[in-house]
Amino acid sequence: MEFFVAQILTGLANASSLFLVACGLSLIFGVTRIVNFAHGSLYMLGAYIGYSLMQVLPGMIGFWGAILLAGVIVGVIGVAIEMLVLRPVYRAPELFQLVATFGVILVIQDLALIIWGPEDLLGPRAPGLRGVVRIMGEPIPKYDIALLVITPLVAVALWYLITRTRVGVLVRAATQDREMVGALGVNQAWLFTGVFALGSALAGLGGALQLPKGGADLMMDFNILPPLFVVVVVGGMGSLPGAYLAAIIISVLNVFGVAYMPQSTLVLMFVVMIVVLMIRPYGLFGREEVAGEHGQAGEPERPIKPASDKIRLLVTAGIVILALLPLYGSSFAQVLTTDILIFCLFAASLHFLLGLGGMVSFGHAAYYGGGAYVAALLVTHAGSPMELAFILAPLGAGLAALVIGWVCLRLTGVYFAMLTLAFAQLLWSLVFQWGTVTGGDDGLINIWPAEWLKDTTIYFYFALFFAVGGILVMRHVAHSPFGYALRAARDSERQAEATGINTKQVQLLAFGFAGMMGGLAGALFVFSKGSVFPNELEIARSFDALIVVFLGGVKTLSGGVVGAGVFKAIEDVLTRFEYWRLIMGLLIIFVVILAPDGIVGSLRKAARRVGGLKAGGEE
Amino acid sequence: MKRSTFLKAMIATATLAAMPVCAVAQDTIKIGEINHYKRMAAFAGPYKQGIELAIDEVNAAGGVLGKPLEFIFRDDQGEPGEAIKIAEELMTREGAVMLTGTILSNVGLAISSFAGEKGYVYLASEPLADSLVWGAGNKYTFRLRASTYMQAAMLAEAAANTDAKTFATIAPNYAYGKDAVAAFKENLLRLKPDVEFVAEQWPGVFKIDAGAEVQALERAKPDAIYNVTFGPDLAKLVRQGTDRGLFEGRQVFGLLSGEPEYIDPLGDEAPEGWIVTGYPWYDLQDGPGGDFVAAYQARWDDYPRVGSLVGYMTVQSIAAALTKAGSTESDAIQAAFEDLQVATPLGGITFRSIDNQSTAGAYVGTTALRDGKGVMVDWAYKDGADYLPSDEEVSKLRPAD
Repeated sequence: MEFFVAQILTGLANASSLFLVACGLSLIFGVTRIVNFAHGSLYMLGAYIGYSLMQVLPGMIGFWGAILLAGVIVGVIGVAIEMLVLRPVYRAPELFQLVATFGVILVIQDLALIIWGPEDLLGPRAPGLRGVVRIMGEPIPKYDIALLVITPLVAVALWYLITRTRVGVLVRAATQDREMVGALGVNQAWLFTGVFALGSALAGLGGALQLPKGGADLMMDFNILPPLFVVVVVGGMGSLPGAYLAAIIISVLNVFGVAYMPQSTLVLMFVVMIVVLMIRPYGLFGREEVAGEHGQAGEPERPIKPASDKIRLLVTAGIVILALLPLYGSSFAQVLTTDILIFCLFAASLHFLLGLGGMVSFGHAAYYGGGAYVAALLVTHAGSPMELAFILAPLGAGLAALVIGWVCLRLTGVYFAMLTLAFAQLLWSLVFQWGTVTGGDDGLINIWPAEWLKDTTIYFYFALFFAVGGILVMRHVAHSPFGYALRAARDSERQAEATGINTKQVQLLAFGFAGMMGGLAGALFVFSKGSVFPNELEIARSFDALIVVFLGGVKTLSGGVVGAGVFKAIEDVLTRFEYWRLIMGLLIIFVVILAPDGIVGSLRKAARRVGGLKAGGEE
Repeated sequence: MKRSTFLKAMIATATLAAMPVCAVAQDTIKIGEINHYKRMAAFAGPYKQGIELAIDEVNAAGGVLGKPLEFIFRDDQGEPGEAIKIAEELMTREGAVMLTGTILSNVGLAISSFAGEKGYVYLASEPLADSLVWGAGNKYTFRLRASTYMQAAMLAEAAANTDAKTFATIAPNYAYGKDAVAAFKENLLRLKPDVEFVAEQWPGVFKIDAGAEVQALERAKPDAIYNVTFGPDLAKLVRQGTDRGLFEGRQVFGLLSGEPEYIDPLGDEAPEGWIVTGYPWYDLQDGPGGDFVAAYQARWDDYPRVGSLVGYMTVQSIAAALTKAGSTESDAIQAAFEDLQVATPLGGITFRSIDNQSTAGAYVGTTALRDGKGVMVDWAYKDGADYLPSDEEVSKLRPAD
């Protein structure tokens, strides 16, 4: 019993920081509909700034003052981010802003490294709160008790702000219907900025408040993201009580997981998230998303049409030039091009899902890495020949996509995206954990192609054939009746149903097909590298694809491929410089602001304006 | 249109990437060094400084084979796929004669597999995974640093000399943590069959919930604790454990916990009385170990970390191998590494031909506080050769070349 109580207290204390950061994220999403991936970075900045302030400000007042001040400063940074980076792109397609926030992550990572250096900083102790108090004989750190008091106070203050003040009324109104709030004469821009500032300040506060329990390090930003999103989604996006309850549930469950199933901690929260979303598709306190609210923001999309003869000629010429690469390029140029081709195919498969299907998957790496793992497992454990493994890999990935898609398609919009993320994480945990079969993080190695394919040039042609072939097949599917049905389901589910299209079935098939193409890319990858590790299933890999698809242009047919090609090539150049993340981040932000329709979309628009090209031309 | 945009980008890349290559004179011997300079900046920085110090010394003494030695440093972002691409570029375009580097085991394993396939020599300097030279070993991959198994065996020996009967372990939940616990158990049970392991805790790496872990360890009431966590996880564990009295009256064994990289960030909260592996550079004054510390401090105005030492020894090993090979051909270098003897700050080490593992060892000592900093006292250097399994066992572990 004593142990039980002590565990619950530990869980509640852990929930403190998580709640502050999560409610900031929830608030921002509720009002601005921005999925702020940079929220972890703001949390990290809070920790670093709080640390620096505590070095300067003395004593107890200095300590608590530093925490508050860290919150305020991060709030101001949030204002800067909102005004400089996000405000120019509110009109862009749905979720486009998340790419901008990803650019912010990269910039903050390098700035933090420049300012605070690479070494981990141990958080200062809270003055007067060193040591423990005994509760029923169990030692509980005094600072935990302080957190147990502070969190409900902050929660109540927020509750008062939201339910009892005019600002709160506006925030709630904007969460429910932001167009209406705008129509009633409220200055939306300032409301958004204000909410972003508040959300950022809460993240900063959370970062500073956890200092005495840990410290500041450069990996904090990514490490907090998974639990953060789980809490926000389980609680219901935009709901503060939901975030509070979810933070407590996740933290307390985690404490019990540590005690009774020590190996389970990697997967536990994702299982919770999946279970909750199965029972309550919009989280504990979330509200159903209004159809059309997402997905089709901005101007309506132009219908796609088959490429003109001129463009076909250009593409053919491009492929021929590419195919002649071994004549004029070095062996490394072929390796680099193979990498880029594989990534283009991967991005194109996500683009198919996102652009044509309107299904935003945050976990597409599951199928890319899944395909790679299917091939590697077959080679390692069944000794199957490379050719067979290569054929079965996309099928395995497609099958996995069908199963996951079947579950996820019960949801829509951001909840759908989050559920795909949860499944990708689950798959990652499985591979990471199941060392005897998958090799854990030591991966599967010596997965080389068959003898006749070993040569770099031959493998280059192999990759070229399958990547270009895969991309062309997807393009062809887009123009087939199936592609039309898919777009109909995306644009208006009800009308599509009325014309006799089984929209869920069409979407499920598309999900499986995109997964299969992702798996094909993964199979090409594993045999080109000779090994596979859980990195290929990570969130970061899903985001890689997501970012290039958005930057290339969601509402164009070739956006995914162009974005992937351009950014993979730029990355190869940039990583040769020391602060390449800073440059890459700024570049992403720059592209986001300058070309809110993506590279292809914006070029097309510009060309149309100039009148040099007919509509549909893409250069 | 998509292809042409894509091609333009390709050509731009190729031109940009080709520029530095042309600028470099061709009369040096180049070594390709791949590391996670960004992702693991705190470790890769001192490592690089160790390399640069050693290169200066080698070149001041006339270089190797009559040419200056040159390292090409490249960042792989901690991604195995990226590392392989860079390895390919270094070997086929930059004219590197062999590869070295990496801290993360998975990246090391990826490069090792690539090196074995292509017949390039790879000296894995820092990755600790046992499988690198055993289960997944190949002819072309050599490893410099004392592996997980060796360091865990050193601590197991120390643990067998205490009265502790029941042990609890806490290790990050990934391959390194699992290997470290398995090796510790295997060696301790061999030395002292009556010990009992009463709890195993597996926090996610860098995701520790220290309060809960400490409670779970406390509940098992072990005589002693074996810790494998490191970095921010270690800091959190130490703070929560100290606050909650977990370490009172318990002997703690900490793998790598005495390395400056891990104990220094703890400042005056560094745990006292833990038996750890690490690097007591502050006590090294004489002999090759002391000379290295003095030279490093003179060159960099900073003190050496374990990474610095490993970087320095990497260059020493490569220079020795090239000299012995008398050539820059891969197979000659590979042959030279077999049974290669190198004089290093740790003393003489040998790259064993049986498994390509060097006999570099580690320092084992007890932690204490000195001037508000964690240090190792009563330390002794343990030769790696004494902490490896028997030759028959190694042959069983390692696939035939």
